[in-house]
Amino acid sequence: MIYETKTTHEEKGNVPSIMTANNVDVFYGKKQAICNVSLDIPENQITALIGPSGCGKSTFLRCFNRMNDTINICRVSGKIKFSGQDIYEPKVDVVALRSRIGMVFQKANPFPKSIFENVAYGPRIHGLAESKDELESIVVQSLKRAGLYDEVSDRLNEPGTSLSGGQQQRLCIARAIAVDPQVILMDEPCSALDPIATAIIEDLMETMKENYTIVIVTHSMQQAARVSQQTAFFHLGELVESGDTQAIFTNPIQERTQNYISGRIG
Amino acid sequence: MSLPTENWLRRKNRRNQIKELVIQGVLIASSFVAILTTIGIVASLVFEAFRFFDKIPLMEFLFSLEWSPQTAIRADQVGASGKFGVIPLLTGTLLISFIAMLVATPLGLLSAIYLAEFAKAKTRDAVKPLLELLAGIPTVVYGFFAALVVAPIIRATGSGVGFDISSESALAAGLVMGVMLIPFISSLSDDVINAVPQALRDASFGMGATHEETVTKVVVPAATPGIIGSLLLAISRAIGETMIVVMAAGLAANLTLNPFEAVTTMTVQIVTLLTGDQEFDSAKTLAAFAIALFLLVLTLGLNIIALHIVNKYKKKYA
Amino acid sequence: MPNYILNTSRQMAKRHGREKRFKWYGRIAIFISIAFLIFMFSAIVFRGASAFQQTKISLDINFSEAIIDPTSSRDPEILKRANYKPVVLESLSNVIPGITDRRDRNRVYKLLSAGAVFDLGEQVASNPKLLGKSKSVWLLASSEVDLFMKGKIDSNISEDLRRLKDKDIEWIEILKSQGKIKKTFNTTLFGKGDSREPEMAGILGAAIGSFFSLLVCFLIAFPLGILTAVYLEEFAKKNFLTDFIEVNINNLAAVPSIVFGLLGLSIFLNFFNLPRSTPLVGGIVLALMTLPTIIIASRSILRSIPQSIRDAALGLGASKTQTTFHHVVPLAMPGMLTGTILGMARALGETAPLLMIGMVAFIVDIPKGVTDVATSLPVQIFLWADSPEKGFVERTSAAIIVLLVFLILMNLCAVYLRKRLERRW
Repeated sequence: MIYETKTTHEEKGNVPSIMTANNVDVFYGKKQAICNVSLDIPENQITALIGPSGCGKSTFLRCFNRMNDTINICRVSGKIKFSGQDIYEPKVDVVALRSRIGMVFQKANPFPKSIFENVAYGPRIHGLAESKDELESIVVQSLKRAGLYDEVSDRLNEPGTSLSGGQQQRLCIARAIAVDPQVILMDEPCSALDPIATAIIEDLMETMKENYTIVIVTHSMQQAARVSQQTAFFHLGELVESGDTQAIFTNPIQERTQNYISGRIG
Repeated sequence: MSLPTENWLRRKNRRNQIKELVIQGVLIASSFVAILTTIGIVASLVFEAFRFFDKIPLMEFLFSLEWSPQTAIRADQVGASGKFGVIPLLTGTLLISFIAMLVATPLGLLSAIYLAEFAKAKTRDAVKPLLELLAGIPTVVYGFFAALVVAPIIRATGSGVGFDISSESALAAGLVMGVMLIPFISSLSDDVINAVPQALRDASFGMGATHEETVTKVVVPAATPGIIGSLLLAISRAIGETMIVVMAAGLAANLTLNPFEAVTTMTVQIVTLLTGDQEFDSAKTLAAFAIALFLLVLTLGLNIIALHIVNKYKKKYA
Repeated sequence: MPNYILNTSRQMAKRHGREKRFKWYGRIAIFISIAFLIFMFSAIVFRGASAFQQTKISLDINFSEAIIDPTSSRDPEILKRANYKPVVLESLSNVIPGITDRRDRNRVYKLLSAGAVFDLGEQVASNPKLLGKSKSVWLLASSEVDLFMKGKIDSNISEDLRRLKDKDIEWIEILKSQGKIKKTFNTTLFGKGDSREPEMAGILGAAIGSFFSLLVCFLIAFPLGILTAVYLEEFAKKNFLTDFIEVNINNLAAVPSIVFGLLGLSIFLNFFNLPRSTPLVGGIVLALMTLPTIIIASRSILRSIPQSIRDAALGLGASKTQTTFHHVVPLAMPGMLTGTILGMARALGETAPLLMIGMVAFIVDIPKGVTDVATSLPVQIFLWADSPEKGFVERTSAAIIVLLVFLILMNLCAVYLRKRLERRW
């Protein structure tokens, strides 16, 4: 069984960190995309990564579940620890890692299968359900947690692509939840959605953080201010400033941060 | 220098307009060659086939189980009237095509999946031209190889295990045709697999699926319509293939599904009927056109279905 | 320490194992495909390589005037057709002892190709001064002798099962010991037309036939293909007619090649009464067949030419046709040529439609124009593959090698053109 309670935490202030990044560099071929970034991700909180487009925030996010492995020319150095374990060590199984650290993408990408099959995919490949009933209950539970169940309960066999954009994105969240990860990485999950769908997902994240740690990349400062407890500001591949969201938006230390949140760079 | 008069300009414009019209006329005329060719094919086949059906009823052609086109020279000869049932030819064609697809489908699909998903760029660049080479080899070469090398090997293997295999067995022709089809399936499937959006792979990887799980549970199911289209195109190719079967398959129209026996195909019969010396209007030669019409309907039908599926699939991910 | 993300669990091992196996299936599939390719190539090269050599026998011929030209006419026609058998036999019995009775004389004469005496006739006719003199000449050996010299006849099998008897082999050994028999480069293969005798058969006639067919095919398909592509891509409005033309082209690309042969037979031969078995009709049929390929390739090239070029020309007040033919078509030309060469390469290997229009006859003469009867290289391969004589096996393979070399050259040519003239937009 993969469900386990966390045994050790690296403490940071009052809130324990579930993930820590130390001196991370990322190269695409010869081009350096991330430069010496260190950041702690506090458990059961929402951490927002903000910054102008091309600043490397998405790249950095993809380091946390080693999605950059799928890009041939991408090379990551430095240490990223998940519950104290360096995830770039050879003995770490990237497949198992990603089952603990889920991901939701910028554009909703449901598989061309039924709603049910979309959510059941993860539990199936990881062998999480012993019986059909168990699988069904996982699917229903995940859809409920993603706030989608009431809308789709009567059409679980329709294709996932038939849903609206916001519903599709919540389906993707349900799909990620179904594997019961500890961390969910969200790469600009609302950028393709209208304000109402965005609001629904923001509310959802608020309830989700009780069970999961969320790291979200967003281009919207308002969104970061609304949903996150911790904010990290990236610029040109560097982490300029990170800390309590309230503090960053009201009283930033760095001038670059000040310029960005006041709209002078971006 | 005097400025061009209005009159001169008008004349020049007129001349240019006429020139444009003439050129466009030539262009349109060229495009009509494709239509004319189609009309020519359909008209000639239908016309000659109708003359054939004057002599042999359509129902006999379609449903009779016997094919022996020897028309008698003297009226009192044994077997005076030929038998013109297309069924044995159709089963022969389908048997050989089936064997060919049995070879080509797994090899072509697995190659395509490996090359598109797993192979390094270097491997892909080296292997793809080699597979395409298989498609560039003239079919007469495959036929020669099938008759001279593959058939004897199969026959020898058969007699080695006490099995009597015809030297013109459907198996030999089918196997070699299968190899010929590999590049068709692999390159078309490669295209459709590449058309599956990266986002779906990312989603699967992001959930902790292995590459194999991503391929078999997400990519291939998503590409299935396109893959089916490519298989249909390959089948249509197999049915219309001529030289391999002319050289490696038999002439006797056996109604059998046994791959170790000799069967004949529609294309083989067309060639046999039309390369001998006989007058053009006999039922024998006209039969070739009837078979060809049947063949054309079959391959075009398959093709249209295949293209429809592939296009629908492409639109889905466009 | 959380061990659930480490690669130690049994379930993970199973899943990764499945992936490994799956990758091996792919590798094996590719391996089988390529192994077949290599097997086929090597089988053909292995069989065909020996055909590039042929066996000749050296004889000191006494060109006796009394036998060859008893009337002293010096007429080339008479010299060509004179009976050279006695002089050849005389020379043979000088080399090989013990040839006395009629049967032996006929046997020993069969060591030579039936064409050897024609060779002598040609030599004398072109140089009548040879008459009355003696000269050593290399004459073509028969196919059986040729095969024996190439080690393709096993002298250990029972004499009844081979056409070359022990006595023949004995004689060959005598010739060998005197250095009067040797293998040389096979000029016949490349310099002669077809023949019933394997040792006298060549591919020149078929190659020239192929050349003429391709020439006709190119002259028709290239302009038609390009003009059609230009029309559909640059001029045609989206309407029923355009759609209809497009559907036609796509369907023609899928029509089995043999059906094009039937088209040629009933329309061009029977309706228009064009000459049967000629490269003219063959070329037309091949052209109609390759037309869709050329059109489809050319259209994709035209589509890749950026709109900005058209806009620039139109903006200067050029008309639509001027824009197209002064700017767009020249830029697309290399790509369209590449597509055409690839289409022609396919046409070169095409056999079935040519069978239908009678280019499958036995033709010894080398065609001199597009209206002479001819075959083509692949048809020649088909004909030889069908011949029962053992000597044709190696020649068929050799003809295949030549055909493949031509195909590879054409493809390289296309690749070179593409690389050389490729433009990146």
